[in-house]
Amino acid sequence: MDFFTKFPAMGRQGLRDLKKSIDAGFRDFSREFGESLENFFEPLLWFLVRLEKLLIATPWPIIILVLALLAWVGSRSVKIVIGTILSFLAIGYFGMWKDTMSTLAIISVSTIVCITAGIPLGILMARSDRAQSVVTPILDIMQTIPAFVYLIPVVMLLGIGKVPGLLAVCIYAIPPIVRLTNLGIRLVQKEALEAADAFGANYKQKLFGVQIPLALPNIFAGVNQTIMMALSMVVIASMIGVAGLGVPVLRSISNQYLALGLMNGLAIVALAIIFDRVSQQYGERLQKHRQGIKHD
Amino acid sequence: MTEAKIRIQNLYKIFGPKPQSVISKVQEGMSKQELLEEHGHVLGLKDINIDIPARGVSVIMGLSGSGKSTLIRHINRLIEPTSGKMIVDDQDVLAMSKDELIEFRRYKASMVFQKFGLHVHRTVAENAAYGLIIQGTPVQEAKQLSQKWIERVGLGGFEGHYPSQLSGGMQQRVGLARALSTDAEILLMDEAFSALDPLIRTDMQDVLLGLQEELHKTIVFITHDLDEALRIGDSIAILRDGAVIQQGDPQDIIMHPSDDYIVDFVQDINRGRVIRLKTLMAPGESTSGPNLPHTMNLELALPLISEAESKSGNVVDDDGQIIGSISLEQIISGLTRPDVDTGSETRYQ
Repeated sequence: MDFFTKFPAMGRQGLRDLKKSIDAGFRDFSREFGESLENFFEPLLWFLVRLEKLLIATPWPIIILVLALLAWVGSRSVKIVIGTILSFLAIGYFGMWKDTMSTLAIISVSTIVCITAGIPLGILMARSDRAQSVVTPILDIMQTIPAFVYLIPVVMLLGIGKVPGLLAVCIYAIPPIVRLTNLGIRLVQKEALEAADAFGANYKQKLFGVQIPLALPNIFAGVNQTIMMALSMVVIASMIGVAGLGVPVLRSISNQYLALGLMNGLAIVALAIIFDRVSQQYGERLQKHRQGIKHD
Repeated sequence: MTEAKIRIQNLYKIFGPKPQSVISKVQEGMSKQELLEEHGHVLGLKDINIDIPARGVSVIMGLSGSGKSTLIRHINRLIEPTSGKMIVDDQDVLAMSKDELIEFRRYKASMVFQKFGLHVHRTVAENAAYGLIIQGTPVQEAKQLSQKWIERVGLGGFEGHYPSQLSGGMQQRVGLARALSTDAEILLMDEAFSALDPLIRTDMQDVLLGLQEELHKTIVFITHDLDEALRIGDSIAILRDGAVIQQGDPQDIIMHPSDDYIVDFVQDINRGRVIRLKTLMAPGESTSGPNLPHTMNLELALPLISEAESKSGNVVDDDGQIIGSISLEQIISGLTRPDVDTGSETRYQ
């Protein structure tokens, strides 16, 4: 009856050996390729460091002016522009300016990385059902696996610093843009595509002339989600050495500083709301253009 | 009839996972029902043979599910056939390579769709110029070239509008301008006017007939509406369950429907308006009575003939030459529904 009451598990010794060999294998792998991977990410690191330095070095009134301008270009809404200015004034007043600039830098770079990698991947998925069936489960894993679990191999490979932080943020933030690009292209009206076919459009003409323009609202929703998810990774990224608003949050957890944690947390929220409103308004404006709401 | 521009030969289309495995059974005569029940394949088109003359309007008519939209999509190969030939100007479209097919679609045949198929993110001008842009014409030049078609279909002034700002009839005008601007010899129209209100539909038919008078394109027109088919068609083919059941001159189809299915179709039409004197006239000359043109319909001829003392009249051709005579009795019998010609036992209603 032992068989039914106790699960016939692998032996203790065997399990230990298995784990050991996986660990050793990965350690060898990271010794072998860690360096070349670091070199591969070198340009990204250079760009991130430059951007962060630039944001910190630029006088604060100029930064606020530029951000307000960007918010205006994106949203064309006075309310959002005023909200942006007030938020950043408050952030500066409460002494979080530098951390916020660092966070802004890493969010911007990781969003750029996610878009440049995610949109082509989404296009590939929309084109081929096989690609979709391979990529979808990988995206599921990326979205659900606890961030701490993939921090382990990332840190083993690249150590502690900005690049592994960036990588961790991207792993978590890239799925929405890939998914929504794929979905957006697949949802493009059959009639519009058939017309393109009937007039002899080739693949490139269909993709850039019909599919992507018509999928833009969905692609924009994906960009928006990617930014939101990147922001939510700020605290975890700070655990592996990324400067920014996450660092004081982490400090306040270990020391039970309620006010410090709350202030920095609210700064992240403010960033998130600004990004969200601006990018959503921008996406909607694009849509209005083509839906032609006014009927004259 | 002039030379055939498009010759459809032994065309079969079977929908399903493995159409090639059952094609021989269909060619041996297996019915649509059997094919579906025993092999899980749907018979789309069955042994279609149609010659489409150049520079005329050929109507392919059928109810929904008869395969007419499938058939027209074989002409520019938006749907791949299971077997058969589609010969356009001595070239088999169905044997073309990918690049040849793109060339064919860009320069030889353009299409108008039932649901318009406009690109909602492009303005009217950009939509009309789409075919030219795809051909590689620079956008500005393409817009200039298509401008005259925008004006011809009556959309001058709407160039900057988006499709969603236009009514259905106007949207289809854009679709027509887009198809015309590539100067393709063949115009494929898939239920182009079916989605429009009756008045707008008549309006668009007039636009099309007006354009055809000067352009003389080879037009393949799909419709489920017999009145529309009779109005614009130089020849008609009637499709049922994926097979052609009668084709020929429209007047001939009205006067001699080949089976009950077509009788059902024909019985609802306004015979007085579609049947022309030429169809009914007897050879020989009537001594008195008015001279009537051979294209006049019965509705117009009836009062003229009944007013005449002899209750008859002469039918004249375009040059005014008398080619036959028409009597009141002939008109009355023409207005009466005919019996079926064939001894077909099947009843469809």
